[in-house]
Amino acid sequence: MLDWWLPENVSTYGRDIDWLFHLIYYITGITAILVFATMIIFLVMYKDRPGRRARYTHGNTTLEIVWTVIPSLILVILTFLSVPAWSKIKMQAPPPSDFVVQVTAKQFNWQITYPGPDGKFGTEDDKTLLDEMHVPVNKIVHVNLKSQDVIHSFFVPQFRMKQDAVPGREIMQWFEATKPGKYELPCAELCGFGHSGMRGWIYVHTPADYQKWAAENLQAAAAPAAAAADEKKAEEKKDAATPAAPAAKTGGKAKR
Amino acid sequence: MSATTATAHAHTTHDHHDLGFVRTYIFSTDHKMIARQFLFMGLLMMILGGVLALIVRWQLAWPETAVPGLGMILKETGGILEPSTYNMAFTMHATIMIFFVIMPILAGAFGNFCIPLMIGARDMAFPVLNMLSFWVTATAGVIMLSGFFVEGGHAAAGWTSYVPLSAVPEYTGVNWGQNLWCISLFTMGIGSMMGSINYITTIINMRAPGMKLFRMPLVIWSLFITAILLLLALPVLTSGVAMLLFDRTLGTSWFKPSGGGEPLLWQHLFWYFGHPEVYILILPAMGIASEILPVFSRKPIFGYHAMAFSMIGIAFLSWIVYGHHMFVSGMNPRLGMAFTVSTMIIAVPSAIKTFNWLGTLWGGRIQFKVPMLFALGFVSMFVIGGLSGIFMASTPVDIYIQDTYFIVAHIHYVVFGGSIFGAFAAIYFWFPKMFGRMTNAALGHLHFWGTLIFFNWVFFPMHIIGVGGQMRRIYNPMQYEFLQHQQHWNVFITYSALLLGLSQIPFVINFFWSIFAGKKAPMNPWNSNTLEWTAPSPPPHLNWGPTLPTVYRGPYEYSSPESREDFLPQTAAPVGAPGARRH
Repeated sequence: MLDWWLPENVSTYGRDIDWLFHLIYYITGITAILVFATMIIFLVMYKDRPGRRARYTHGNTTLEIVWTVIPSLILVILTFLSVPAWSKIKMQAPPPSDFVVQVTAKQFNWQITYPGPDGKFGTEDDKTLLDEMHVPVNKIVHVNLKSQDVIHSFFVPQFRMKQDAVPGREIMQWFEATKPGKYELPCAELCGFGHSGMRGWIYVHTPADYQKWAAENLQAAAAPAAAAADEKKAEEKKDAATPAAPAAKTGGKAKR
Repeated sequence: MSATTATAHAHTTHDHHDLGFVRTYIFSTDHKMIARQFLFMGLLMMILGGVLALIVRWQLAWPETAVPGLGMILKETGGILEPSTYNMAFTMHATIMIFFVIMPILAGAFGNFCIPLMIGARDMAFPVLNMLSFWVTATAGVIMLSGFFVEGGHAAAGWTSYVPLSAVPEYTGVNWGQNLWCISLFTMGIGSMMGSINYITTIINMRAPGMKLFRMPLVIWSLFITAILLLLALPVLTSGVAMLLFDRTLGTSWFKPSGGGEPLLWQHLFWYFGHPEVYILILPAMGIASEILPVFSRKPIFGYHAMAFSMIGIAFLSWIVYGHHMFVSGMNPRLGMAFTVSTMIIAVPSAIKTFNWLGTLWGGRIQFKVPMLFALGFVSMFVIGGLSGIFMASTPVDIYIQDTYFIVAHIHYVVFGGSIFGAFAAIYFWFPKMFGRMTNAALGHLHFWGTLIFFNWVFFPMHIIGVGGQMRRIYNPMQYEFLQHQQHWNVFITYSALLLGLSQIPFVINFFWSIFAGKKAPMNPWNSNTLEWTAPSPPPHLNWGPTLPTVYRGPYEYSSPESREDFLPQTAAPVGAPGARRH
């Protein structure tokens, strides 16, 4: 019902977040309506009129208890309902996966490193891309998040994913995308004059497409193909740098 | 005890009229003059903070177009904001509004004005310290303003100044601007400490005979609790900014990972101060609303004890919720869970207060005077700001809305819809006592309705674009494809912000016109019960004549059957008591 409000969700745990968001939305919305309705009724009913004296009362203990206990109960229930999703997304060890990428943020780019054919980081066949990440759909992806200068924040709106990258720390995060497509990866924490526009892209491929992309770009022998991909990327950058006709792009974006 | 202290003051302090211009208007030790000084300082700074906000809004609606009038200052770009200037504008907007507008007006001006007058004291416990508190704060303000004129521009790392961005000049290109920001806040922290010690001592020691703690007006309770929070929270910021300054200038590494420092330490220090700070900003406004609603409902406050204890509860809980600013910061997620629990709990006292305000209206005889309108506006806007906070308390939802415009909407509903509406309510309510003149009601109504409507037009849509994903502190939303479809909201918000700015003109006219030409105010224009209305308007030096008022009852005995009038001042002696005075 509120899909026009939140961007489309394409991650597994995004559903849990959206469910909680909507639950709180309805609870707070109803509370607000009740409070405002009561207030307006009182303001109209008890408007100053000649000849009437205000009610002399200092309060009511029963009412005080009622309106302390009911909000407390609602809030305690909300706390308990928040636990499972939080625990799944951030608190527990991420679900096991053999797909790990390293993301190192710097002013003002995302450096995305793949381990290469040997499956190990820190070896010569590591492959680092600038501002683009390619992952297969329906696959748990581990993101090992680092920063080399200031604090950045890895934000993928459609994945409902956000985590600050803190210099001096490695923070393990994960996601599982449920729909192929091209998603923006903005930085959400002020990181300097280039903060706005620090943005990468996450390409979620079907498994077959991903295999193809990986064979062309991540294998040791794939240097020429990688160069071609870089060229292609440069072209895309040019496209992105001309946001002159936003309206035309917007229509396509929602249904990507 | 309290009576002797007051008499001692009467002997040591000379009479108002002997003092000459400088001691009366500039280096005054009279709490009422210091209150006026804080008020003028806050209102002047509010103009600057507001202009900065409009500059930020212009850039967000029409990115990279020349801001009208800014061409004179930004000659090189012809008035177009560069990203670094934009970062400076929002950083300074928040810094000024929080530290040099809301704190000076609510805690500084109304703390100083109300505390002695409403507890029946002749002045603050330490009048000289009180004067110093203002001048130290004013010096901090001048240092803060000087940052606009230094090479490299003013601080541009956000009002939160997260390290290492703020700790290493190369990361922002700002050098002395950030240093002056630290020095200014350090100075402000010292001024605030002087003020808070004074408030606490005065309230504990100098209450008039009969003014028991639970006969104190709720605004005094709120200022008392605010002063305790100030005393305990501000030094944490003061130390934090000193450490930051040392990192920047002396080569220490408290926060810089390159030297073994810890960036998250800053966030812990900052928010350990920062969350009580939010309550420092809102508690006085809560007290003001609790003061004004009974007067214009002609009815006792509903649940006086619940109101006082909920504020005490907020004060305790405010120390253990700060981590909710850091859910996605890299802090241990288990801690996040604990902070969710405390954050959810702190919503309860606020809910209690809201229901009690509604209870106060119930069965009242409601008079829609201008202070009442702003107090009602405060309650309504605080309800929205409080409810939107619940989204952030839920950790999973916060993952998504952290650092988006949803947060910007939330904080503005609390500190503008809450604190600033409370400040306006207080200004209209106590203006007759402060300046001895009434304000103009028609201009007041115009000010209220313009502010209420355009405030909501500015800040409500920010919830929508925030949920749409728009990050805070970005220079140009059009750089992101997923945000372009909601750009029309940014344009709408900016138009509304301009109208909100224009809505303040009636206030400025009203304020200055009334000071000089307003109708002379009677001693008790609102038929209120509390002690300040038993002093002349404006009260003379030392507030009352030879005898201090004696207090016989609580502050909210409106429409009491004991009195034929619909109010019963705290000083009216009960029937049969010696010196009984009936209306």
